[in-house]
Amino acid sequence: MSVDTIVDAARISACATSDLGLVRYAEALEVQRQSVEMRKSGAISDQLIIVEHPHVVTMGRNGHAEHLLASPEVLERAGISFFETDRGGDVTYHGPGQIVGYPILDLREWKRDVHAYVRAIERVIIDTLAGFGIVAGREAGATGVWTSEGKIAAIGVHVSRWVTSHGFALNVDTDLDYFRYIVPCGLTRPVTSMRSLGCQAERGEVVAALIQNFGRVFERQMENL
Amino acid sequence: MIDVVMPQMGESIVEGTLTKWLKKPGETIGRDEPLFEISTDKVDTEIPSPAAGTLAEVLIEEGKTVGINTIVARINDGAGAASAAAPAAPQAKPEAPPPPAPVPEADGSPEPVATVVEETAGPLSPLVRKMARENNIDLSQVKGTGAGNRITKQDLETYLASKGAPQQKQAEPPAPPAQPQAAPPPPPPQAPQAVATIPQTVEVPSPPRVGEAPGTRVEPMSMMRQSIAKHMVFSKQTSAHVTTVHKVDFTKVAKARDKAKGNVQAQYGFSLTFLPFVLKAACVGLRQFPILNASIDGTNIIYHRDINLGIAVALENGLIVPVIRNADEKSVIGLQRAVADLAARARSRHLRPDEVQGGTFSITNFGSFGSVFATPVINQPQVAILGTGTVEKTPVVIDDAIAIRSIAYLALTFDHRLIDGALADQFTAKVKSILEGWTEEIS
Repeated sequence: MSVDTIVDAARISACATSDLGLVRYAEALEVQRQSVEMRKSGAISDQLIIVEHPHVVTMGRNGHAEHLLASPEVLERAGISFFETDRGGDVTYHGPGQIVGYPILDLREWKRDVHAYVRAIERVIIDTLAGFGIVAGREAGATGVWTSEGKIAAIGVHVSRWVTSHGFALNVDTDLDYFRYIVPCGLTRPVTSMRSLGCQAERGEVVAALIQNFGRVFERQMENL
Repeated sequence: MIDVVMPQMGESIVEGTLTKWLKKPGETIGRDEPLFEISTDKVDTEIPSPAAGTLAEVLIEEGKTVGINTIVARINDGAGAASAAAPAAPQAKPEAPPPPAPVPEADGSPEPVATVVEETAGPLSPLVRKMARENNIDLSQVKGTGAGNRITKQDLETYLASKGAPQQKQAEPPAPPAQPQAAPPPPPPQAPQAVATIPQTVEVPSPPRVGEAPGTRVEPMSMMRQSIAKHMVFSKQTSAHVTTVHKVDFTKVAKARDKAKGNVQAQYGFSLTFLPFVLKAACVGLRQFPILNASIDGTNIIYHRDINLGIAVALENGLIVPVIRNADEKSVIGLQRAVADLAARARSRHLRPDEVQGGTFSITNFGSFGSVFATPVINQPQVAILGTGTVEKTPVVIDDAIAIRSIAYLALTFDHRLIDGALADQFTAKVKSILEGWTEEIS
């Protein structure tokens, strides 16, 4: 196949998905690092890695220490790990009951546009929530997905040579009390979850819907590994 | 001196926040090595250096938000330093009266060096890329009028029209570096850096600017190509490559294969080749000579318990070596299945990360392209690779009579740092004897 046919073909590229279940944050970082490296070299296709993390608070490159409301020692006593990362965004919390998605995409094969990428991730989540009867949307200047009761999904992304890492976190039945240790994304606004909005959906159903919407929005053929 | 600009990371993006410098002024940097990070919205992006050299100066400090195409730093590449030190004199070109209306006259908008354009001119549409390719246009010569100076289809049409005849080319080589600013601002730190650039030039003795000769076409290497190039040179620099070649009589294997072929195709849906027989034999050989299934770590030898065979798979524009784990536990059919599966998924880029890692020994089947024998390059950090040539019916002398046998050459490249010739030949002889005496049933 010539370069031309690759550029011009309307063929649908593949995106391999894997739901790794409960994975420690540090391990997930390593999985992402390896996947990004291989995605860059072209050895593997786009990937959507889905995980759930034990309690962890992470701070992005633009993080403000004052948005962390507890010292690392306090967090540790509460059983929460702490990481500084190279993703965009401020402070966030991950924990059980949350679906965390790490898309490893080569944006050169989609759009060379990081904003369009973030908007598309929001679209995937908004459409997924709609499928479970939850009305959600965007808010100007506040990346993420919002409902009338507050923020339900956070987004933070890292891009290197147009290959993405980090991604999104959607609260399914997260214990929202854990967010009290932080000012999520530096915004003094409430967080919410699908469960607290009255949705009884199981994690597995939501993951399946996310994958399906991801394939549609990004025009990728989603393949299970 | 090369200007580094704030890149445009998307159509609607007009500015970015410089969050972190990954290099300090005075440090040397390689082309494509991450230079700084920017943040837009919730996205952090590592920006690679457009050129190799020394980071001469940083113009924007961490935390500042600037518009796209703002110059954020300057890199002192070898060439820039020279022409800055001795301006004007050797520049034959600029003297010539400027042609009436040279299209790409730089008009204040910092026009980065050709290599930067791809990154900074923003996303080019597939259509623009295609037009540029078909008309052999150097995009650094085209002024973009779209959002963020992005080059549009109209820009290309205007450019083509203004050139009249399709590129009667080289008239104006891509903007001579640093030509417009007689004396670029940053000279003081220059002297020490000039020194620093010397090893740099030595390190890269590549012939100057071949790319710009008439009748050539410049195309950036894909990431895969770059990574293969790096890997191959690294291997040649690391190991003491020696290749030994043995002639192997595949007649018995050919018989076993012919017998099973139809069944395998019917039952499993893939064809049976000679390769899995070689894999099987190699596994037996590796068990007997474990030093071929090893790696070197400093002055230690690391023996691998598992036999994970890397299988070289040719791709459209590259090469990848997926791995069959615990290959010695598989039957000939199982190995054939694994080869077919990995090769198919390698070609459609559906390999998982862990499937291209952890190989302990590699096999390359250059015979499938008709080669009789070759001298393969070791797949680091392994210490040997076995290549199989094409199997051909050949007249041979057996007991003073001439017979027709299926013959192929097996070429073993080994790392002479660790493996001596005698041992390499014992291993290859073992593989040969298994193949020549093939008795095993396959299915």
